[in-house]
Amino acid sequence: MLTIDAKGIYYRELNSKVRDAVSKGEKEILLKNVNGQYYIGDGLRGETTITIDGVPGNDLAAFMDGPTLIIKNNAQDNIGNTMNSGKVIIHGNAGDVLGYGMRGGKLHIRGDVGYRVGIHMKGYKKQNPVIIAGGKAGDFFGEYMAGGVLILLNLDGKKDDRPMVGDYLGTGMHGGIIFIRGDVDKKLCGAEVGITDLDNEDNKFLKEYLEDYCKDFNLKTEDIMRVGFKKLIPASLRPYGNLYAY
Amino acid sequence: MFRSLAVPEFLAKIDQVKCIRCKRCIQNCGWSVYSWGGDKVLIDTFKCVKCLRCYHYCPEEAITIEDNPVKYRSNANWGFYQIRNIKKQAETGGIPLTGMGSDMPYPVLFDNLLIDACQVTNPSIDPLREPMELRTYLGKKPAKLEFEKVAGGKPKLKTKMPPQIKLEMPFIFAPMSYGSISLNAQKTLAIAAKELGIVMNTGEGGLHEDIYPYRSNIIVQVASGRFGVNPDYLNAGVAVEIKIGQGAKPGIGGHLPGEKIPLDIAKTRMIPVGTDAISPAPQHDIYSIEDLRQLIFAIKEATNYTKPVSVKIAAVHNVAAIASGIVRAGADIVYIDGFRGGTGAAPVIIRDHLGIPIEYALAAVDERLRQEGIRNEASIIAAGGIRSCADAAKAIALGADAVALGTSALITMGCTVCGKCYTGNCSWGITTQRPELTVRLDPEVYAERLINLIHAWSHELKEILGALGVNAIESLRGSRERLRGVGLDGQTLDLLGVKPAGR
Amino acid sequence: MSHNFQKDISGCGLIGIINKDGKRISGGFICKSLCLMNDRGNGLGAGYAAYGIYPEYKDFYAFHIMYDELGAKTDTEEYLKKNYQIEKKEPIPTAPVEGIAIHPILWRYFVKPLPEKAERETAWLPDDDFVVRTVMKINSEIDGAYVFSSGKNMGAFKGVGMPSEIARFFRLEEYEGYIWTGHTRFPTNTPGWWGGAHPFTLLDWSIVHNGEISSYGINKRYLEMYGYKLTLLTDTEVVTYLFDLMVRKHGLDASTACTALAAPFWKNIDDMPEDEKAAMTALRMVYGSALMNGPFSILFGHSKGLVGFNDRIKLRPLVAATKGKTVYMASEESAIREICSSPDKVWAPRAGEPVIVELETGKGQ
Repeated sequence: MLTIDAKGIYYRELNSKVRDAVSKGEKEILLKNVNGQYYIGDGLRGETTITIDGVPGNDLAAFMDGPTLIIKNNAQDNIGNTMNSGKVIIHGNAGDVLGYGMRGGKLHIRGDVGYRVGIHMKGYKKQNPVIIAGGKAGDFFGEYMAGGVLILLNLDGKKDDRPMVGDYLGTGMHGGIIFIRGDVDKKLCGAEVGITDLDNEDNKFLKEYLEDYCKDFNLKTEDIMRVGFKKLIPASLRPYGNLYAY
Repeated sequence: MFRSLAVPEFLAKIDQVKCIRCKRCIQNCGWSVYSWGGDKVLIDTFKCVKCLRCYHYCPEEAITIEDNPVKYRSNANWGFYQIRNIKKQAETGGIPLTGMGSDMPYPVLFDNLLIDACQVTNPSIDPLREPMELRTYLGKKPAKLEFEKVAGGKPKLKTKMPPQIKLEMPFIFAPMSYGSISLNAQKTLAIAAKELGIVMNTGEGGLHEDIYPYRSNIIVQVASGRFGVNPDYLNAGVAVEIKIGQGAKPGIGGHLPGEKIPLDIAKTRMIPVGTDAISPAPQHDIYSIEDLRQLIFAIKEATNYTKPVSVKIAAVHNVAAIASGIVRAGADIVYIDGFRGGTGAAPVIIRDHLGIPIEYALAAVDERLRQEGIRNEASIIAAGGIRSCADAAKAIALGADAVALGTSALITMGCTVCGKCYTGNCSWGITTQRPELTVRLDPEVYAERLINLIHAWSHELKEILGALGVNAIESLRGSRERLRGVGLDGQTLDLLGVKPAGR
Repeated sequence: MSHNFQKDISGCGLIGIINKDGKRISGGFICKSLCLMNDRGNGLGAGYAAYGIYPEYKDFYAFHIMYDELGAKTDTEEYLKKNYQIEKKEPIPTAPVEGIAIHPILWRYFVKPLPEKAERETAWLPDDDFVVRTVMKINSEIDGAYVFSSGKNMGAFKGVGMPSEIARFFRLEEYEGYIWTGHTRFPTNTPGWWGGAHPFTLLDWSIVHNGEISSYGINKRYLEMYGYKLTLLTDTEVVTYLFDLMVRKHGLDASTACTALAAPFWKNIDDMPEDEKAAMTALRMVYGSALMNGPFSILFGHSKGLVGFNDRIKLRPLVAATKGKTVYMASEESAIREICSSPDKVWAPRAGEPVIVELETGKGQ
């Protein structure tokens, strides 16, 4: 295991050290004293696990293709931007525009997530991106969603009086699935969204996703699944078919 | 009989091979172009106005309407209509009438203005997925608000708000009276206005009882003829409009001849059947600005200050000062009707040569009211040649709170802007009172088309706002920074308060 | 004062600190935090505002003025002498900094409008309004002079350079304030002009701002109707004047002003209880032209507190944190952690939801 002290190091130097180590076959890297460095894991390939101590900067895991990032603290905005595969585990909260255009891999967040989470995530063939957030989410959750899976758990319930999910939920959704633990207010949803109960097949998938999530945070799947989920799916693959004149 | 030397404008033709003698063209033409000749349809092409009713209703596509190739010898100075009007005047001694807005090639400044869009430094907003607000309130706004804090920290309003007209989108239907258009056309406007959450305007012809159910979507108009005006009428809508003038015929009145005053119109206008309905040129209780104030407050008293009062004027040379006076006289809304505005009937000479286009007038009025610090005192409605959502967006950016649509609304009912509204023969049942013609205009059916149009324009307007990176119409309103001029001279740009493209 | 003809556009990073108990801290802290966000700026502008830095002159308006040349200074001082009691004037202390080769002539004046109102050009104006008029007058009429700070017991320090350079240049570690705001700037079209840096201030308002206000055109025309002269073509100038109009002149509280600037959507207003609905509807009707549309996060400092908020659909970031009696707000959490490694609470305010922090009663005066 390689330890890099990131204290006071500019992101270019830090990320270059990480890239060097990964290209030399390093499988485990610990980044100590990270604070605000952008682009950690950006475009990185391979099997390496990178543990981050501190608050990493924006665009964490952008275009990432393979590695696992473990963040012990909060993380900032634009995490998993157009990520291709791999996994990001965040023990704290994550910011806005999480998983924009994400094509594959997993984002597991223990805490709250910001605005526009899972925006335009898309699945194709075997690629199936998954974002699971343990806390609450801001507005535009799953905006334009085109594929993949978004799961919102609200595990900490009444920690504050904010609703578990913001307004414009799934607005523009035309693919993929959103699972929300608890009830969903139809008024918050975009017109393109249908709300249903889960069938057996759904429960099977959901359980699989949650088991992996629970392993990362030392939680119990049964505890989480004790509360009912709602499933949000797009009402149409082409929600704007009637908008244009020919 | 002496045959007119004013050559026909159009040639109606029937392909005799295709024609199946079904006579639908004869039934459909309001101008009696077609008649039955025993074995075939006869054509009096002098009467043709190219409204295309026959063309659309011919099941065999046998009819074509062509512009008459036989014109006078081409002459850059003496155009077809100049020569033709002289011939008509020589034959009749009359003032040539016309309908709709001016068709003369004066510059349309809307076509010289382009709208901004966002790139990088500020994001465009996706209007389909994210909120995009068009709601507009017309009326006087206080310059500032006072609140009192109540328990829970929520502000409670202390200021008393003046009455407002709530519009779900910044479009209204222009005033068109029952008389100038058919009752079915008015009903179409009313149904659409209600469904859309906007308003129509009775025009000066009174309020027919069939329109009463739509009263929360109606502005009632008081014009110089005072037709159908009584206290009930004043209180029947959401606002009252004083009509001073009309863009197509500034400074002149109107005349609906007695033969067009059947029982129903007589009842609505509250005058005897068969009398001429004359609208004097001025309102004879308004010879000066203080008289306008007197009338505004007479109406406010009669409506117990519950309705905004609008004043509609034609855009004329001194429009900014006039508008300022109107606002200071207490009007809640100033409706400015530009030079290209439509009409049911106006002398050609007036329509085509008096007034100024709406772009200039609007820019001048908005700027003047701001300079005087009274822009909040009244809303501005811009009208007179709004042909598309682009025109509407540009008008709003120049400073309009809302735009009024007359001709564009009629086009959804079948109107082809043939300009012969004054004849009362409209084959589409719009500008006619002939029952066999008006019955063609089914209000329910055509309201749907009109609703479609306004929905489409609303979507377009949202697309424009989204490209501009704003999500509420008030952020476009008066934001001339988002317009650029192309091909305009410095003085015009200065007047419009718009920079040239590239700067 | 000279300015680019085109509207100023810039991206940015921002940070604010307030000690609710009025405890004063050195400018070194905020500089450290701001420097972490260097990538949000491009070296073409950085600045700071500090409150509580001139306790010995707390009853005087502290004018920070930049001059292009000495002639402008003569003209300005002549005007000031006629209208103000000048308690003290001095060059703003600076230190040589490698990255800052050229800078304007920088002076500060501690002044009071002359008590004999007849002496003033506009006798009937209250002191604050008279000072606003003075600032507008100098900035728009005296070529080469620009007042960049005019409040009491506070000051702005800004210029063309990276955050650390500007801090060293103005020797910020020598000042102690109970509120600090800082800004690093990424202008895209303004050649480096010292006056164009943030914070933008008027009286004791100071604004730092990230994002571009897409409704600038109408916000500007709205303010012009109330006599504001917008000479800089920057969004930040607009924000400052909007606050001045709504809070100082119209008497709205900070929370209501923020609500008007980042108004709730009609959809949400329609669902509110009657009283609140009436209040919000009126607020949107009356202050529609003040609505700031487009992406922004803003920190708004004044002598009694600090307000942070962002736009109605949260297109720019804002993070807040508390530690004891100190509240932090910044574009990025890491900027806060750089000077406060273990805050009591960290949160991201929701769209349009202002974070309003006020000094404890009697503190910081």
